[in-house]
Amino acid sequence: MNVNLTGADFLGILPIIILSGFGVVLMVLSVFSQRFHRMTIPYLGVVGIILALISNFFLIGKDYLAFQNMVRVDWLTVAFNFIFLVTAGLSLLLTTSYSEQEHIEFIEFTPLLLFSTVGMMLMGSAQNLMMIFLGLETMSIALYVMAGFRRNHRESLEAALKYFLLGAFATGFLLYGIALIYGVVGSTSFTAIAQYLNKNALSPDLLFLVGTGLLIVGFGFKVALVPFHMWTPDVYQGSPMPVTAYMAVGAKAAGFAAIVRFFTLSAAQIAYQWVDVLWILAVLTMTVGNVLALVQKDIKRMLAYSSIAHAGYLLVGIVADNDLTVPAVMFYLVAYLLMNLGAFAIALIVSGNQERRTRIEYFKGLAETQPMLALAMAICMVSLAGFPPTIGFMGKFYLFSAALYSGYVWLAIIGVINSLISVYYYIGVVVAMYMHKPVDERRIEQVVPGVGLVVLVAVVGIFIFGIFPGSLAGLFG
Amino acid sequence: MPAVPISHFLILSAVLFSLGVLGVIIRRNAIVIFMCIELMLNAVNLTFLAFSNYLNNVEGQIFVFMVMVVAAAEVAVGLAIIVAIFRLRETVHVDEIKLLKW
Repeated sequence: MNVNLTGADFLGILPIIILSGFGVVLMVLSVFSQRFHRMTIPYLGVVGIILALISNFFLIGKDYLAFQNMVRVDWLTVAFNFIFLVTAGLSLLLTTSYSEQEHIEFIEFTPLLLFSTVGMMLMGSAQNLMMIFLGLETMSIALYVMAGFRRNHRESLEAALKYFLLGAFATGFLLYGIALIYGVVGSTSFTAIAQYLNKNALSPDLLFLVGTGLLIVGFGFKVALVPFHMWTPDVYQGSPMPVTAYMAVGAKAAGFAAIVRFFTLSAAQIAYQWVDVLWILAVLTMTVGNVLALVQKDIKRMLAYSSIAHAGYLLVGIVADNDLTVPAVMFYLVAYLLMNLGAFAIALIVSGNQERRTRIEYFKGLAETQPMLALAMAICMVSLAGFPPTIGFMGKFYLFSAALYSGYVWLAIIGVINSLISVYYYIGVVVAMYMHKPVDERRIEQVVPGVGLVVLVAVVGIFIFGIFPGSLAGLFG
Repeated sequence: MPAVPISHFLILSAVLFSLGVLGVIIRRNAIVIFMCIELMLNAVNLTFLAFSNYLNNVEGQIFVFMVMVVAAAEVAVGLAIIVAIFRLRETVHVDEIKLLKW
């Protein structure tokens, strides 16, 4: 028997190959190099990510299945790769100053982050439930370690333990769902599942329905839908700040990549059976996330609940399930990336040595001590709340108009009400920065170049795509 | 000897899976919770094998290999996290690991 692999197969996963290669080499380098050289490892990681981004351009305009229908190469693959790679690159820039700030060796971090990104990209290009599973686990196992990276801090280890136990628990559900689907369809390939549904869409096997339900549970854990969100605030608060930023953006985008690949593109007929459940999940996720965010005193915890609410907004787009769904979700993922990484970068600057200053009160008076930083934070908050002319507004506009287009008027109304609720806690940070005296008058936050660059990218992106949304939305069809 | 019908396998694995879920929910020792998660994964493996045999299709068995590899990786990371927690806190009881609360 011959194995038929062509260059096109390997071209389709070129960014993944490059990033895994860099991960392995950097892992070895981090063990065998001197202390001085170790400082360069995050920058080498950034180089790897840039190379992967360049190789991603070779995939533009392609549309084919690679590796015997395991991998799909299309515009969505390119777009997801882009989102994951940019997230990884910006998060890596956040870590450049982190190891001095925390007094810990932060070396294996770079390879772990690259491997985790590889997992996300596998999920984004999956055409088989096996790929989804392997990608999810490659991403998650690296993230469990990263969450516990400050291993002499109780909070960080606690976050790692909680994330690990609940993540593995969710994996069990996901796998059982896959097993049941396999039993009914006889294959885990999306093509076979779509064929099965074309024949049996009206009366699918009960096991198939249960299987897709379990898949929703598994994905729901990863993207933090209510009621599977319990781990999110604890893990986000306990993890090191760059990891929280990476996890909040990357893991969520990867989860939605899997949901889009499976429910929207391959098994749309079965999504129809579950649409009422997804509707309820979307409403619960938005409402619980926003309401609990109102009472938070810690910036990381507040952003964690806000990220739950944003998962709810994204699910609104999935529920709509029409031609606008994929472009709207993709646009919002980019918006979410920029807004959240910007906010976390500034929170990292403010949190200072050993991350002791994460409470929102430490933002008081930032407008006096660091006016530019306060302005950038205000822009991120306003965008997260969804005011024009920012990208956050356009993203919500696309998602809710997708819902309206499919006739989910109430869902759109609940979404808008939720956005109004969220204004209260986002503006709370702005009020603290501009209308209060600093807690500690002598303190002036230091901005290191890497973190400053992330803030700059976020702010510029928020405005450019907020004022000219067509330039980005056009790419997504 | 008559062949064992597939329903027997499926019911057994469903029972094992439910026991695993129940264990995760009611047990409070991190290691025992972790063992219950492994039980869930092995129940899934049994389902895959039963279907694979029933459908005369090898894909399910390949999937079992993947699950075993991932479970092994998870054990390595998971036990390391639990050991690190034990060294810092001298407990692996999840009710006592609760610094982070809203």
